[in-house]
Amino acid sequence: MAATDQTDERVKEISRFRQALIRPELGGIVGTIAVFTFFLLFAFDSGMFAAQGVMNWGIVSAQFMIIAVGACLLMIAGEFDLSVGSMIGFAGMMIAVFGVVLAWPMWLAIIITFALCLAIGALNGFIVIRTGLPSFIVTLAFLFILRGFTIYIPQTLESKTIIGGIRDAAEGDWLAPLFGAKIGKPIFQWLGDAGVIGVFERGNRMGEPVVDGIPMMMVWAVILIVFGHVLLTKTRFGNWIFAAGGDAESARNSGVPVNMVKISMFMFTAFCATIFAICQVMEFGSAGADRGLLKEFEAIIAVVIGGALLTGGYGSVLGAALGALIFGVVQQGLFFAGVESSLFRVFLGLILLGAVILNTYIRRVITGER
Amino acid sequence: MTEPLIQMKNIEKHFGSVIALAGVSVDVIPGECHCLLGDNGAGKSTFIKTMSGVHQPTAGEILFEGRPMNFADPRDAMAAGIATVHQHLAMIPLMSVARNFFMGNEPVKKIAGINFLDAKKADEVTMAEMKKMGINLRGPDQAVGTLSGGERQTVAIARAVHFGAKVLILDEPTSALGVRQTSNVLATIDKVRKQGVAVVFITHNVRHAMAVGDRFTVLNRGKTLGTAMKGQITPEELQDLMAGGQELATLEGSLGGTV
Repeated sequence: MAATDQTDERVKEISRFRQALIRPELGGIVGTIAVFTFFLLFAFDSGMFAAQGVMNWGIVSAQFMIIAVGACLLMIAGEFDLSVGSMIGFAGMMIAVFGVVLAWPMWLAIIITFALCLAIGALNGFIVIRTGLPSFIVTLAFLFILRGFTIYIPQTLESKTIIGGIRDAAEGDWLAPLFGAKIGKPIFQWLGDAGVIGVFERGNRMGEPVVDGIPMMMVWAVILIVFGHVLLTKTRFGNWIFAAGGDAESARNSGVPVNMVKISMFMFTAFCATIFAICQVMEFGSAGADRGLLKEFEAIIAVVIGGALLTGGYGSVLGAALGALIFGVVQQGLFFAGVESSLFRVFLGLILLGAVILNTYIRRVITGER
Repeated sequence: MTEPLIQMKNIEKHFGSVIALAGVSVDVIPGECHCLLGDNGAGKSTFIKTMSGVHQPTAGEILFEGRPMNFADPRDAMAAGIATVHQHLAMIPLMSVARNFFMGNEPVKKIAGINFLDAKKADEVTMAEMKKMGINLRGPDQAVGTLSGGERQTVAIARAVHFGAKVLILDEPTSALGVRQTSNVLATIDKVRKQGVAVVFITHNVRHAMAVGDRFTVLNRGKTLGTAMKGQITPEELQDLMAGGQELATLEGSLGGTV
């Protein structure tokens, strides 16, 4: 075979620059640059890029990131979870029911809530695998079931749909700070004293920095992104996630435990939703029956902006994180820029469309899809 | 003559009232390419599925390395060293060649007690194996979707051999390929055979069979019409056997030896 010993003359040489550019995250990277350029130009003076402003869109982005990591891995494994938003409401309400209404210790409430939500995630996966139904339908059912319970339970127990007093119940607990605390307070105090970030000028918090620490929501976002990225790209399990979503039958023929992979990804999505919920109730001090509404779509949008393929088998956790960042920056940034907030949807729609067109092109170049 | 690696003796397979195989005997020797020929519906697929553990024979005996074998499922057969490369390849177009090559058998290395994918090793092995088979990849991260059909077959064959296949069953690997891709796959079969692997090559194309086969077994309507050594049989005779000897003879004139 003399012909195959040489390089194929029909394969064009790809330049190093182009090769570095052609990656699943490119859409997310371009979008992030575009969004930041836009707001640096139009909202620089608004305080959006001062410490408090950064914390404002940072925390919103972190929220999106937490659920986007779960949705991303699940989507690469070839499945959807539309019950994420309802799961957030449900998990938050369970914390309130166990920790406030039943007055159990907060650590126990947190552990039980995790166990319950992971079990529901596993049930989602189990039904999808066993029945062969699209996960779209199965998790749509759970979207309604979980939301229904989230409204029914507090109404029956307390005759209201918002249960407060969580912060008091969590006071002094050993596990709760993992979700509700802020880290790095001394560093921010020092930064405030040094004049790098602003301090309160008057009032009872005079002298304290305007940003007094990094909330655990952000820490969790970083942990989950790093975990998801390493799991997906650096472990054999990550290879199975790609394989399960790329072609489940071929993966099975090669000995990949596809069912186990898919069910564990449903559980991971539920895990992410629960973390989101617990951080949120710890921050607000209350659980509401309407929490997490539409979050499943926001997670999916972030993941798709980040370059994942809706049909599975392709995607990137870093891309999904960038998608979440774009989402958060645009949502909060338009407020800073003084733009009518209803235009948020227009802006988001344009970014979604642009990123997806770019991503589709990149994916075709990489995978030879036609 | 070396000891046969796998012997199938008087294999019968019935599906309800349909007799798919009515006593087929074939043996395969290491380092030979045994061609299994037959027209559509001759029982080729049923036969190799019996060999690879998908079906259990209704009657008859399978000897693997001299011992009677009963494969409960394809995993059993795979563990014993019988690999099948199907027409529908176990290959995922969106994933890179290296990731496909090691799918389900990923190499791992421990860092701080955690098992990580040994991507460097996977890349190196993939590149080396592909080079051995005469395929120059742009890189191990090239997606399988960018490869041609023949190259994909070759990746699948190389993968099976790398993971210790002693018997390699190829189910019509050339049926959907162009001329040049076919010759690449046939060259791959030749290379694999020289490594001492027993190849079972299923085809209904006599010319492809003649190009690489050492022995030829023709199936017709669930029966063996005998096994012939290379040089003992002409392509025309094989063709006649496959067709059952009648219909094609009458068409011979008009077809002019084109099939």
